[in-house]
Amino acid sequence: MYELIVVGGGPAGLAAACAAWDAGLRSILIVERDRELGGILNQCIHNGFGLTWFKEELTGPEYAHRFVELLSRTGVEVRTDTMVLDVTADLSVHMTGPETGYRVERAKSVILAMGCRERTRGAIGIPGTRPAGVYTAGAAQRYVNIEGWLPGKRVVILGSGDIGLIMARRMTLEGAKVLACVEVMPYSGGLTRNIVQCLEDFGIPLYLSHTVTQIRGRDRVSEVVVSRVDENRRPIPGTEMVFSCDTLLLSVGLIPENELSERAGVTIDPRTKGPAVYENMETSVPGIFSCGNVTHVHDLVDFVSAESRRAGEAAANFVLKGPAAGEAVELLNGPGVSYTVPQRVRPGNVEKALNVFFRVNRIFGKSQIVVSRGDRELCRFKRDRLAPGEMESVTVPVKLLEGGPEPVAIAVKEAE
Amino acid sequence: MADVVIIGCGAVGAATAMELSRYKLELVILERENDVAVGTTKANSAILHAGYDPRPGTLMARLNVRGSELCRAYCHALDVPYRGCGSMVLAFSEEERETLRELLDRGVKNGVPGLELLTGDQARAREPELADTVQAALWAPTAAIVSPWEMCLAFAETAVKNGAQLRLNACVTGIERRGEGYTVHTAQGDVEARYVVNAAGVDSGAVHDMAAPHSFDITPSRGEYYLLDKAEGARVNTVIFQCPTKLGKGVLVSPTVHGNLIVGPNAEPSEPHDEATTAGGLAFVKERALLSVPGIDFSKSIRNFAGVRANTGRDDFLIGCPAPGFLDLAGICSPGLTSAPAIGEYAVELLAREGLALEKKEHFDFSRRRVRFKELSPEAREELVRRDPAYGRVICRCETVTEGEILACLRTPIPPVSVDGVKRRVNAGMGRCQGGFCAPRVVEILSRELHLSPGEIVKDRAGMKMLARETKGGEADV
Repeated sequence: MYELIVVGGGPAGLAAACAAWDAGLRSILIVERDRELGGILNQCIHNGFGLTWFKEELTGPEYAHRFVELLSRTGVEVRTDTMVLDVTADLSVHMTGPETGYRVERAKSVILAMGCRERTRGAIGIPGTRPAGVYTAGAAQRYVNIEGWLPGKRVVILGSGDIGLIMARRMTLEGAKVLACVEVMPYSGGLTRNIVQCLEDFGIPLYLSHTVTQIRGRDRVSEVVVSRVDENRRPIPGTEMVFSCDTLLLSVGLIPENELSERAGVTIDPRTKGPAVYENMETSVPGIFSCGNVTHVHDLVDFVSAESRRAGEAAANFVLKGPAAGEAVELLNGPGVSYTVPQRVRPGNVEKALNVFFRVNRIFGKSQIVVSRGDRELCRFKRDRLAPGEMESVTVPVKLLEGGPEPVAIAVKEAE
Repeated sequence: MADVVIIGCGAVGAATAMELSRYKLELVILERENDVAVGTTKANSAILHAGYDPRPGTLMARLNVRGSELCRAYCHALDVPYRGCGSMVLAFSEEERETLRELLDRGVKNGVPGLELLTGDQARAREPELADTVQAALWAPTAAIVSPWEMCLAFAETAVKNGAQLRLNACVTGIERRGEGYTVHTAQGDVEARYVVNAAGVDSGAVHDMAAPHSFDITPSRGEYYLLDKAEGARVNTVIFQCPTKLGKGVLVSPTVHGNLIVGPNAEPSEPHDEATTAGGLAFVKERALLSVPGIDFSKSIRNFAGVRANTGRDDFLIGCPAPGFLDLAGICSPGLTSAPAIGEYAVELLAREGLALEKKEHFDFSRRRVRFKELSPEAREELVRRDPAYGRVICRCETVTEGEILACLRTPIPPVSVDGVKRRVNAGMGRCQGGFCAPRVVEILSRELHLSPGEIVKDRAGMKMLARETKGGEADV
């Protein structure tokens, strides 16, 4: 029996395993479905990773490599080319791989770190034909950066999520012509730095409040139709623009991959589409923790590493010291907030202060983030600008959260 | 000279080829695309109808009921996913209750077993997600769901295993009467045969006109669908129809054998190969489906598609010989998939009447099995991976499809040549990520096994190239 099995060897799983080792666990297994550790970072060959965590600018593979190095100095066991098929509530982990074989391993704790997947054409229901040439941005990134093949030469990108923006630049550098990036919302879903460095620097137009309303072409995409949308995101007839292209890339959102979590009986938060977690990243099932994009979709891997260390330490505490106790306080979305992680806090289990991640539900200018309990304000934080595409966090002194089970709400108030 | 050439390898052509392959005959199957089961067969409701819809006394009525029985037996024998889940037709008004009584009456006349009228409450007791507005339902226990492309593939593979020759990418361009038989011109050269079977689906009108005087028009009708994630797969347990109208059987809500929920279709006049979905069509389908099952969560949609049916405006299939030795299996609209094996059986009978000599083979191979890793017990998985490690490597994570299964399908009698061809055989890419993760790996496997450059791998039909060119520095000549 392992003290800890980590499902997934991407940035979340790597940081969690290292932290659990540092915290004293000595029998840890990472199970990774790909042939190498590092997860999606391996195909993210652009820079911009690590500014917060390592205080320097790294590429995705470099960032992953730092953790693989750290891991190699521990006794953590790794099985690559091995996929976990099932995690049961009694912490049996079913896995399969050509070398691993099919086997079931028991564990005292499990960390879920499976990451996320991309929303597809079917999820957003773009009408039209079904030719070759419609790819999610991440699949295109894999073709270009791992397989060494350019999927198309004249490209329209739907969605201004970060992967789409990165791929606009990447495809351009490879000699493709990126005609437009089209975003249904009135603001971009990506980081500001990516809008500037990946679109503006290359003269690629960004059409806000627009969407793709039709795909044309029998064998290969030949045209896409783009329409302006009204405030309810409905296409406005008469605003159609036709782009002649051979490729449509979709960067229309990421969904945490929680099929394993659900099978294990873990409660999923409909807001994050990931496990609802306590302050230490523990899920509703004792001994199962979750971190990284399987919990909620992050913009920056640095925050994944931070959160995952928390999960790794907590798993070690669970195994070495026993379950965390104490009454939980629920964190609620106040006006302007679309989710918080963690969703529940046991103040007795927090040392000094609690770091709460959250996203806002629209663009805000100069604002105050207000933490309150009922009518009572606990604390507030100033921000110059808030956007749904950029994850926010506040650090709340744990003292303020003590004193009974009454829920605490986080809200945004824009300055008048 | 072949004995029989069959034009088209959808469900009807494949079933006919399989029935003929029981006999000592030289058979050639011509298919215009690079794979079988890629026309109407792959894009429909995936329902095996019980047989209460067709007008009593028609060929359609007889072949539907017989086909329903045969599909069940054949799917069992050939390892095709099949679930006898039954169906309900819903009535929302007194007028529609009258329609249910008519359908019951037709069903009884057509010999459909087990039909039963349910009250709204009885229907909801069986299907709790049905709308409160449902007043009554017609229950048909013999309706079933199936994997349509796998059924067609199983029929075609059986024909090929028993000696039939399948020519892919062989679009028929002309047919000439020559002495005792016909010369069929195709994109892959000429084929001579004593008998010709026209199973060309939406093109059956055009093929008919090559050999006989014009006598009917195919007026294709396009139906659009939603396919929803497995999270919605148990929303209903049986096939939920609305009352049929002149346009078709209406919008249905049904589980699929793969565990998803299928919703559709509408019915719009279309061109023969126009498989485009439309915003209006999809909105209509959604709105109609919610009348039956208000709780469907359409945010769980993973795919939309459209299929074209070979309607003729008549209420029967057009089966017969318009020229000596030339058999039309035309106008095979719904319930064509269900009827296919019965049409195949009937086609043999009609060809015999035209003079085709039938002598049974001593040995007819009627077996088919494939490994479905996902459905195996832990012990069986362990044993399989030990024997062949390729079964340990999961390529499609959403559907748990292993490399071993993909390699095995490449060694079947009709191996796939495209990413979607692999999908139709082993389900890789059929799940919630729609191939986002596994398509690059399937491209890699196809490229390796077929000895093709990744740039030559197609998504589905010939010409549907996935990749444009190698990245900078990747070209051999730089």
